[in-house]
Amino acid sequence: MALSPTGRRRAGRADPLFRAGTGAVAVLVIAVVLGILAVLVNDSMLSVRKFGLSFWRTRTWDPVAGEFGALPFIWGTLYSSILALVLALPVSLGIAIFLSELCPRWLRQPLAFLTELLAAIPSIVYGLWGIFVLAPGVRWLEVHTPEVLRRTPFFSGPPLGVGMLAAGLVLAVMVIPFTATVAREILKAVPVSQREAAYALGATRWEAIRLAVHYGRIGIIGAVMLGFGRALGETMAVTMVIGNNPQVALSLFAPQHTMAAVIANEFTEAADTLYLNALVEIGLVLFLITIAINGLSRLLIWRMDRTKTRPTVVKTVPLAA
Amino acid sequence: MTFLCALSVVIALVPLAFILFFVLRQGLPALNWAFFTEMPKPVGETGGGMANAIVGTGILIGLAALIAVPIGITCGVYITEFNTTRLAPAVRFAADILNGVPSIVIGVFAYAIAVLPFRRFSALAGGVALGVMMIPIIVRTTEELLALVPSSLREGALALGATRGRAVATVILPAALPGIVTGVLVALARVAGETAPLLFTAFNNRFFSTALGQPIGSLTVQIFTYAISPYEDWHRQAWAGATVLIAAVLAFSLLARAVTRRLERMHRG
Amino acid sequence: MNAIIRMGQVRVVGALAVATLLCACGGGQTPPVAQGSPESSGSGAAATGGNAGQINGAGATFPNPIYSKWFSEYAKSHPDVRINYQPIGSGGGIRQLTAQTVFFGATDGPMTDDQLRTAPGPIFHLPTVLGAVVPVYNVPGLAGDLKFSGPLLADIYLGKVKKWNDAAITRENPGAKLPATDIAVAHRSDGSGTTYIWVDYLSKISPEFKDKVGVATSVNWPVGVGGKGNEGVAGVVKQTPGAIGYVELIYALQNNIPYGAVKNKAGTYLKATLESVTAAAAASAASMPADFRVSITDADGKDAYPIASYTWILLYQSPTDKDKGRKMVAFMRWAVTDGEAYTKDLGYAPLPDSVVKLEQDALGKIQVQ
Repeated sequence: MALSPTGRRRAGRADPLFRAGTGAVAVLVIAVVLGILAVLVNDSMLSVRKFGLSFWRTRTWDPVAGEFGALPFIWGTLYSSILALVLALPVSLGIAIFLSELCPRWLRQPLAFLTELLAAIPSIVYGLWGIFVLAPGVRWLEVHTPEVLRRTPFFSGPPLGVGMLAAGLVLAVMVIPFTATVAREILKAVPVSQREAAYALGATRWEAIRLAVHYGRIGIIGAVMLGFGRALGETMAVTMVIGNNPQVALSLFAPQHTMAAVIANEFTEAADTLYLNALVEIGLVLFLITIAINGLSRLLIWRMDRTKTRPTVVKTVPLAA
Repeated sequence: MTFLCALSVVIALVPLAFILFFVLRQGLPALNWAFFTEMPKPVGETGGGMANAIVGTGILIGLAALIAVPIGITCGVYITEFNTTRLAPAVRFAADILNGVPSIVIGVFAYAIAVLPFRRFSALAGGVALGVMMIPIIVRTTEELLALVPSSLREGALALGATRGRAVATVILPAALPGIVTGVLVALARVAGETAPLLFTAFNNRFFSTALGQPIGSLTVQIFTYAISPYEDWHRQAWAGATVLIAAVLAFSLLARAVTRRLERMHRG
Repeated sequence: MNAIIRMGQVRVVGALAVATLLCACGGGQTPPVAQGSPESSGSGAAATGGNAGQINGAGATFPNPIYSKWFSEYAKSHPDVRINYQPIGSGGGIRQLTAQTVFFGATDGPMTDDQLRTAPGPIFHLPTVLGAVVPVYNVPGLAGDLKFSGPLLADIYLGKVKKWNDAAITRENPGAKLPATDIAVAHRSDGSGTTYIWVDYLSKISPEFKDKVGVATSVNWPVGVGGKGNEGVAGVVKQTPGAIGYVELIYALQNNIPYGAVKNKAGTYLKATLESVTAAAAASAASMPADFRVSITDADGKDAYPIASYTWILLYQSPTDKDKGRKMVAFMRWAVTDGEAYTKDLGYAPLPDSVVKLEQDALGKIQVQ
């Protein structure tokens, strides 16, 4: 076909063009990521220079006095995300085990579909449900908390409904589908040989399941961290139920704040430059933390991947045009 | 033990059922013709609708797709075709990072590059924000699907004298198309539900507007505004909006599955 | 061959798409404000093209009910003027106006000298209506209205008074059945002029409040839950038994949330009404400064409601888009004359006549020719 001299020459020219063209777009993607970093660093310079490391330790968030400290937001973000994980982990693992091991075949597809559906619900809908259904429910719980618990620092404070507990619950519901899906994939990927070996040695069904979970533990931890990363960055659902009060509080009933929520609330209004820079610095911190967590989780899942057999990726054939 | 696992499935699905139930119960009665055709009424007056917001969301995800699909697919092609270069893993890593960036941070970024320099909030800025969020999903989907294309197809095309670019464009991409289309639809569904990045890019617009250089309403931002208000009528409309949003997301997901099945059938046939 | 042509076609289509996008966003829209001061006129005005004159503004939620009514009514008689106002809070209005991403701002907390200095050009404060901030509450089982004194409100917001049956509250409200419920304090989570008015008043009353919290659109609240916008705070109070918050009067009226009477400087307990708010402005009307920035909280006069305030629309003295400037000035003239008729139904008080006269003069000084 294209064997004429002109054809070959054209083919020769198109190839580097193809590589350059697609390469340029690929570089664009890297540029976008670097661009985000650049914008965050550039627009937070004032705050970084003024407050330095104390930004991460100060509790005050005082736009009037120009005193900004990110500690309440870091605290709130970590607290709500960890709470969400603690609540979500057993449920996600249970779902993963059920779907991969115990589920009758006919139920598998619809249940998996339902789990994916849960993951696809937009966060604003979770927030809506959170304000009108969950928060009053949590308030009912808070009002009916036994007095003995109320005296502990974890359950003290007026029963508002909105607060750390509501935020943790909403986040847990949002994180479960992610973690469950990834954990299920991990469990599915455990080689059949491992399972069969266990049964051959006389293991019960549950012992075999435990073995599978143990085998995939690294990947499962990765799945958990993926969910954690998602919870860290969640904005809308959280800001609608957490109470938006920048304070470092131990109580689940207390209204608190997160990094993403404060940016959403105050970004368009930060009327002076230092205030704006402080908010962008919080965004920078959030950016770096989520990169770290996501990177770590990918590493763990990838490590898990390497130990199992898998169809090899098609290698590109070097062309002789 | 089985009971516990089954219980956890139930625990996970209960909120889902709860949410869907509430959304439908509150939202369906509020869905009327006015909701789909009218603009929001002045504060405190009942009635009106979200026509501008629904159209706005459509425009925004259209813009996002326009930006993200070409970039995402091309990038995915590069990673797969040239995965022995040093650039490829770097790009893959970058796409992974982009995937994990919280949407609010993307909003801050889009504000800095698409709003401030032009001194205006605009639909285009919103599209940029959403597009940036879609890119990593499409890159990853393209990459995975291209990898699944049997090497025999590629080798066949090259053996017939096609250049690499031609082989990709005419043989390999079409083979991976069903999956890529699915990926795009899934990404669209994800991005249609985003609120945070739109807060300071597309802003909001109480008028019906399709101009790309003006602020534009969106379903998600409108739901948010109505939800945190004290007006009962606005709450009803927020639920109605949520119903429309979930219906759209569901429609995209089902469409994705249907497209996949149909294209696969076409290919096999 | 086909593939190359097809790839070429793809590239052409792509280029066309980009070009269309650029045209769509460029065509008919206001070109961006030139670098430097808005006094550099000329080029901006001509190219407004096919745009239906949409003017974007942002700012206070305090006057949002009356503004949205005004914009909607004005559009009926002037269909070519579409004003898109987004209530994102006074702080937001100031910031976006300074960044020139919107054409006008709106605020209940006047811009500080520093803020005016950092703006790219001189900005006018144009008062529109008078409003009142009221203490709203949700006390289950309570019949009748509550009375508050300034110091009491300050102490509640400082977190010193924690329960509804605290002595400080029962002292002001003998005979009221107050439960032992915790007080859930609600405030704004966004930058707000309503906050400004509230804390301006409380700082005048309580030196401790002034010291610990201060006066601005966004402050460091000692206690409480944050709601976004007047709507958000009203929503929190309405849904949380035991809550107390502060909102513009109309938000309390439109949502049937009980609000209390506040003790004014002369010692009278007054609820926010048309009369009491107008009385609060009476003293200031005579001595209105040229830039209209004045605080009327804690006003003198036995009929004056203590937590009242003007609210302002912010416009550049010399906007780049003269056409929009003309339209805005025409709108403002309508607002302070015909528009004032709508204020009563929405719980705002119209501007005093002397202020309107001064404002008409000021509107003449905006350079839109």
